[in-house]
Amino acid sequence: MRIGVVTFPGSLDDRDAQRAARIAGAEAVPLWHGDHDLQGVDAVVLPGGFSYGDYLRAGAIAARAAIMTEIVEAAGKGLPVLGICNGFQMLVEAHLLPGGLIRNAHQQFIRRDQVLRVENNSTAWTHGFEAGQEIVIPMKNADGNFIADDETLKRIEGEGLVAFRYAGGVNPNGSLDDIAGLTNARGNVVGLMPHPEHAVEAGFGPDTDAAMKSGVDGLVMFRSVIERTLQTA
Amino acid sequence: MSTHIHTADTVENAIATPEKHQPYDALGLKPDEYAKIREILGRRPTSGELAMYSVMWSEHCSYKSSKIYLRQFGQKVSDEMTRNLMVGMGENAGVIDVGEGWAVTFKIESHNHPSYVEPFQGAATGVGGIVRDIISMGARPVAVMDALRFGAIDHPDTARVVPGVVSGISFYGNCLGLPNLGGETYFDPVYQANPLVNALAVGVLRHEDLHLANARGVGNKVVLFGARTGGDGIGGASILASDTFEEGGPTKRPAVQVGDPFAEKVLIECCLELFQQDLVEGIQDLGAAGISCATSELASNGDGGMYIQLEKVLLRDPTLTAEEILMSESQERMMAVVRPEKLDAFLAVVGKWEVETSVLGEVTDSGRLIIDHHGERIVDVDPRTVAIDGPVYERPVVYPAWLDALQADTASALPRPTEGAELKEQALKLIGSANLGDKSWITNQYDHYVLGNTALSFPDDAGMIRVDDSTGLGVAIATDANGRYCQLDPYAGAQLALAEAYRNVASTGATPAAVSDCLNFGSPENPEVMWQFSKAVEGLSDACLELGVPVTGGNVSFYNQTGDVPIHPTPVVAVLGTIDDVARRLPSGWQDAGENLYLLGTTALELDGSAWAGVIHDHLGGLPPKVDLQGEKALAGLLSAAAHEGLATSAHDLADGGLSQALAEAVLRFGVGARVWLGEIEERDGVDTATTLFSESTGRVLVSVAREDDVKFLGLAEGRGVPVLRIGVTDDSAELEIQDVFTVGIDELRTAHRAPLSTHFGAVVGQ
Repeated sequence: MRIGVVTFPGSLDDRDAQRAARIAGAEAVPLWHGDHDLQGVDAVVLPGGFSYGDYLRAGAIAARAAIMTEIVEAAGKGLPVLGICNGFQMLVEAHLLPGGLIRNAHQQFIRRDQVLRVENNSTAWTHGFEAGQEIVIPMKNADGNFIADDETLKRIEGEGLVAFRYAGGVNPNGSLDDIAGLTNARGNVVGLMPHPEHAVEAGFGPDTDAAMKSGVDGLVMFRSVIERTLQTA
Repeated sequence: MSTHIHTADTVENAIATPEKHQPYDALGLKPDEYAKIREILGRRPTSGELAMYSVMWSEHCSYKSSKIYLRQFGQKVSDEMTRNLMVGMGENAGVIDVGEGWAVTFKIESHNHPSYVEPFQGAATGVGGIVRDIISMGARPVAVMDALRFGAIDHPDTARVVPGVVSGISFYGNCLGLPNLGGETYFDPVYQANPLVNALAVGVLRHEDLHLANARGVGNKVVLFGARTGGDGIGGASILASDTFEEGGPTKRPAVQVGDPFAEKVLIECCLELFQQDLVEGIQDLGAAGISCATSELASNGDGGMYIQLEKVLLRDPTLTAEEILMSESQERMMAVVRPEKLDAFLAVVGKWEVETSVLGEVTDSGRLIIDHHGERIVDVDPRTVAIDGPVYERPVVYPAWLDALQADTASALPRPTEGAELKEQALKLIGSANLGDKSWITNQYDHYVLGNTALSFPDDAGMIRVDDSTGLGVAIATDANGRYCQLDPYAGAQLALAEAYRNVASTGATPAAVSDCLNFGSPENPEVMWQFSKAVEGLSDACLELGVPVTGGNVSFYNQTGDVPIHPTPVVAVLGTIDDVARRLPSGWQDAGENLYLLGTTALELDGSAWAGVIHDHLGGLPPKVDLQGEKALAGLLSAAAHEGLATSAHDLADGGLSQALAEAVLRFGVGARVWLGEIEERDGVDTATTLFSESTGRVLVSVAREDDVKFLGLAEGRGVPVLRIGVTDDSAELEIQDVFTVGIDELRTAHRAPLSTHFGAVVGQ
């Protein structure tokens, strides 16, 4: 099982996503934004960061990078793709997921350990969770406020495309319907603002009731895609 | 766009027109310094040379007032201090061997004046500058921290400066992908028109990746790469950092640089790939004094000569004059020395990262730094006279006339409460004061997760990061300074800053190993300030020798005053420590009920300069707490051993606000309550309850120990001669109970703790 992680100029959590893939049991394959080559990986992660300095709009320039041609095409054929934070913004900019992400309602960058509710546990990246399960995943962004027009929002809700919702009584950025992450209808493309790759290793994750920095809920996402890939292989 | 071509002042022209008036004073040079430049050159300087000398001889770049004192850091050294020191003071940053083939570099530096003029960009570029110092050593930057000081929290201008500085740090550091581990934030009216923004960066490298800033190898190419050179920050070093703000003076906004963290992030990755492929011989970042500094320092530290064609510098603004190009402090630029045969490979790497690059010239053995602009010779100097042999001043030093009276005014004479209700009221007032309140409003804007190696960060006593995934080897870093103590006694105050940072690092279980300092003072032209500076450096260097930790670098920031009022002397001391395995780290509060609480160290009536005296009585006077460095050493040894053997579950240093504050913070850390008794402390140390709660005696740490480890922990403490008393137990009560004195609910503590920053700057999301 090989998980590719794309590095764009300004990617920040690319090596962290590689580490998460390794901890979950996959081989991590670094991919370069300028290559038209997915190196035959079984899944792709678009990592967090500020690709191209968030110039124009967050994710807008990266969504037009060379490698995105291959990713869009492969996603259409069912390749599992996960967009984290800036990667989620790219997926939206590339129209693989609906809606848009704008400046947080409070206008600040925010970093916090965030409770999420798993709304759709049938995707390639979430089937290891229970439906409705509450998990804790760190978030850290300035442009995580999800928007969509009424019609799109109705479709998102109607078709069950909400993968994660902010829970625990806190919507940290003003997102419509508390939306933290989405899936496409097929369930192979998932994007979310919080960072599951930062909840994979005890000692470096979010605090839990059991012990400080012991949260590893994010690991389930990487294990989900490994399991799904091995099943379908 | 203007096509005006500036006629450069050439060397030939300078010789022909010796009497031409030159605006040296507007560039910050004194008449005798200008005369000295003429003497060195044997003629008047060209305007380009004048620009170079003016920035490089500025206080900020030349350390001309501090040099004679800073030598002590190099003189007071023991074998213990140099054993693990790979690079000491004088390079871009010091480097420490941390074992297993790994080395760590770190440095703290000021960006005070720009952050007052333009808080967002000033603070942002402060982070950018210190990070480039770290890259210049061949290291991957892995963390940042900040030591911040602002004016009164309720002053209208503080509402401009704080959000600007915090968002500048947040924006730049977060976009660079560097975890911000915290630092410190203080509010005091002495910093009202002169906030202190001290930025620290840490980098990690393998021993073999070490790089230095020198230009060796005749014929090697001098390459400038990164962002283009623009008109920002011109004269920043000479005018901004080296002169006092005058009220009503002209705004100095154009002299502040503008940062682009995206460009810096790409530059980091590009440099690391260049290092990995061994494509650079020497490297230097461009910070204060830009190209003037980089060329003269690289040449001075290498074979002594360099030839540059200045028109090859890629410009953002084609109308810049040669002098402006030499002085520009545009950010995100680096200068490398590259072997000709490696130039193509070098260009391939920078091309991959889409970093703009130009070859400016080459290394020579002429002993001269020669710069031509469009074929005209505009600079011909011995680079050492620019970068190394600048002026050195022995400024007048005078014992402050006001100090004896201040020291005589002890806080011991202030009324101390004896009733529980009043003690509780004072404890809550302290917890809810600006300096002791919760800093989440600030730290929630910082990403501490990125890179996935952060083992500890705010609000723990020190930040800690893993260096090696496979072994868990890590480093801890803390910064401290107490300007109030330093105002009372700069010698002891500087030592107390070191002792606290040292203790903070030790409280995480790490072993202190090295020091970097950022010495923030008033004007060196004020003899009383110069006395404070001399005492602080003497105190700090003496204490480093006694604790066995070397100063590896740092910086001096003078002219921190507005009008005639200097800031309190604020020597910010950063201590870095090492730990074999970050899994053994200790947080600053307990996570479980049913553990025993121990107080290490003893308590005396030491309220002079304390938070209690300041918050409750608006008082500053007397003498700061006694320094006991041998006690600190024993304490650090104990904490490191206890962490290593897994005998403690948390450790929290007692500092500002004393035991009362430490208990409150430890309870709030994970929301687990405690029941504490003070009787045995009071009996053993002969102190009253208010003193027990609020005294700031040094060398004290609050430790939680699981019941099964009690005997071993006590044995360890006694064996090392550290005074120890069991003072309480942790429990499920959701309260902090101080038996027979007062009980306060955790919710009430939390509300008080969060109040100051959220009241003045806004709510924290989710609170």
